[in-house]
Amino acid sequence: MMTDLDIFRTDTRAWLAANCPPEMREPVRSEKDATWGGRKPDFQPGQKEWMDAMASRGWTVPDWPKAYGGGGLSPAETKILREELAAIKARNPLNSFGISMLGPALLKYGTEEQKLEHLPKIARGEIRWCQGYSEPNAGSDLASLATSAEDKGDYYLINGQKVWTSYADKADWIFCLVRTDKTNKQGGISFVLFDMASEGVSTKPILLISGYSPFCETFFDDVKVPKANRVHDENKGWDVAKYLLGHEREMISGMGLASTGRNPLIDGAIATVGLDHDGKLADPLLRASIALFEVRAKAFGMMSERFIDELKAGRAHPAQPSMMKYYGTELNKSRHELMMAAGGSDSLEWESERSSSGAAPRAWLRTKANSIEGGTSEVQLNIIAKRILDLPSA
Amino acid sequence: MPLYLNDEQTMLRDTTRDFVAEHAPVSHMRALRDAKDATGFSRDLWKSFAEMGFTGILIGENDGGLGLGHVEAGVVLEEIGRNLSPSPFLSTAVAAVEALKGTALAGRWFPGIISGDTVAALAIDEAAKHRGTVAMKAERSGNGFRLSGKKQFVTHGHIADLIIVAARTAGSADDEQGITLFAVDKGAANLTSEAERLADSSLAARLTFDGVEVDADAVIGEVDAGSDPLNRLLRAGRTGASAELLGVGGGAMDLTVNYLKERKQFGVTIGSFQALQHRAAHLYSEMEVARAAVLKAAQLLDEGDEKADAAVSVAKAMTALATTLSVQEGVQMHGGIGMTDEYDIGFYMKRARVLAEMFGDANFHADRLAIAAGY
Ligand SMILES: Cc1cc2nc3c(=O)[nH]c(=O)nc-3n(C[C@H](O)[C@H](O)[C@H](O)COP(=O)(O)OP(=O)(O)OC[C@H]3O[C@@H](n4cnc5c(N)ncnc54)[C@H](O)[C@@H]3O)c2cc1C
Repeated sequence: MMTDLDIFRTDTRAWLAANCPPEMREPVRSEKDATWGGRKPDFQPGQKEWMDAMASRGWTVPDWPKAYGGGGLSPAETKILREELAAIKARNPLNSFGISMLGPALLKYGTEEQKLEHLPKIARGEIRWCQGYSEPNAGSDLASLATSAEDKGDYYLINGQKVWTSYADKADWIFCLVRTDKTNKQGGISFVLFDMASEGVSTKPILLISGYSPFCETFFDDVKVPKANRVHDENKGWDVAKYLLGHEREMISGMGLASTGRNPLIDGAIATVGLDHDGKLADPLLRASIALFEVRAKAFGMMSERFIDELKAGRAHPAQPSMMKYYGTELNKSRHELMMAAGGSDSLEWESERSSSGAAPRAWLRTKANSIEGGTSEVQLNIIAKRILDLPSA
Repeated sequence: MPLYLNDEQTMLRDTTRDFVAEHAPVSHMRALRDAKDATGFSRDLWKSFAEMGFTGILIGENDGGLGLGHVEAGVVLEEIGRNLSPSPFLSTAVAAVEALKGTALAGRWFPGIISGDTVAALAIDEAAKHRGTVAMKAERSGNGFRLSGKKQFVTHGHIADLIIVAARTAGSADDEQGITLFAVDKGAANLTSEAERLADSSLAARLTFDGVEVDADAVIGEVDAGSDPLNRLLRAGRTGASAELLGVGGGAMDLTVNYLKERKQFGVTIGSFQALQHRAAHLYSEMEVARAAVLKAAQLLDEGDEKADAAVSVAKAMTALATTLSVQEGVQMHGGIGMTDEYDIGFYMKRARVLAEMFGDANFHADRLAIAAGY
């Protein structure tokens, strides 16, 4: 007998087959293959149709309420949707800091007006967001941030500088931490949202070791932000920031490793190194490294499943995202290290067409940031030691 | 099925945790070792496992067991591991039961296993490293078979009432087909056993079968088709050993983290040193990942999912890696006291090494996964 979930799966499969463009079933090769949307979108063929089709069903954010542009799906339905997407190797319809970071924070801390204003636009990919947390003197020690917000009655006047702001030059809006009380470190921070087109906002891209410049220095010079744009109470922004960081860590931990299918690393290694007469990779040490990596990667995939199940059931330790972020990012770095080793000199080509403009080495270099962005590995280990293992402070 | 223990399984864990910690804590194992006990475990303890119903955990309710699954067996094994409790639970109540399940021999052996009177041993390894090789011969003789060959690393082999033996009725040593599994009784003529004490103070036997005669009804399942029950035995044994390893690694980690909170040097507790905090946090992460892998393997086995086999290899390899780290860091972070016989952490190191080797080590299972993936 067909259960409701079986019917949902059959319908979903049919709908995806009819609506996912063929270009969106190709493996992601470079940063260009990600769809970001926003006011000034830069679409490749198939990207817009796929994003719009998914958004029309609320499936860019399947488990958000329908009232905010979501799909209103249950956890079981969301899981089925994910599995069916994976089965046709569909690309992510929309990459978005709005979905993975701001959205969950607004759902928890936003007013009804704020939710209705921002969440549907996030779901449809109409507004692209960036994250204004880090400052030149506030990285790991984020709470020492200095960007000031002066109370001017019904608005704040914001002055200061942010750094490492990913895609600040392409984003439409920013969610930003500002200081509303200089006398209280963590208790003097507020969380505000504003338009990057506001007067007094400027950005300057920073070139990375990968040759891309996805992030910027961001400057605020007398920027006026209405107080209605503050999320949660004044001086309580740290709570929102931490909650959001939990989601950011979760997202980063899953990057690159979420796929349950065959690891492309294996086929890459077979293609370059070849198999010997026993059908084993002809470089036995590389084979051993890949095999032991695969043990950890597969086990981490199971850990991710457990983590999601525990989160849904409200059983996960609140500091567990730190463990996921730490383990997942270190693993992803080692995967790319192995991919470079497997690729040999082919994986060194930087600009050639054959190498998709150096997709492999650029991706390898990009992963080095996984254990820095969203809180470094060392910071995650500090959190695990203190909050989970309950080890004493120095 | 969500990847965490449900309410009944959590209750079982709590009951088992109390029971094992009370009746078979590490001091129990130490006492057996100090007494140079020749059995390797306490028969009384095994009887009380039976009273708790644990011995029949995987046996169906119709046959008088609890009718539970590998998740539940793993829950018990984790506590056994945490307390380093010597017991024939893994070989008897898990691996042997799985091999016999659904065969004509279940009725013959299950009652004794359930009552705690029967101990089973597994004669499957023929070399110092676990491999799929079966060279031992079983030749037709009368209405039965004649077994000749050698097995080693047979835990409880010197005292077991039932020895499950993989032998070859056709083909050559490395073939997968042509294996037959036998249930050999204690005291069979021409079977000699030489028990050796291992590093962890458990006992394992080298068995020599010098033309051991068994009846045709000693065959588990079908002649030449022994790879079926053997694979069932191996999957269950590997999953169970992973769960026990998880307990060993978790127990060692708990000892270590507690020590970090107590021991003072330079006027502060050593747990406040960041170099140690980071290593402890890394260890925690490895153990959590291993825990997920063990539960996943057990759930897939219980569901009869075809992906179970790969998950079992992931679990065995991952727990071996994580637990090895746990015991190594354990001894190191305890400093000098970690090297003393008087302190327990060293026992964890020894037990982890034995379990890591049992049913295939991390390299063996990583290799298995690689072959299955075609490289
Ligand atoms: C690709 C990328 C994208 C990013 N995107 C954004 C963004 O969109 N928005 C945003 O706001 N920020 C962003 N960041 C910034 C990121 O959050 C910071 O780089 C990060 O928090 C580290 O801060 P830092 O660079 O100042 O390093 P520092 O804090 O100066 O750290 C330097 C080193 O010291 C170590 N260290 C520092 N404190 C401790 C401690 N207590 N214990 C042990 N070790 C310690 C660190 O682990 C690190 O190894 C991004 C960074 C990268 C690399």
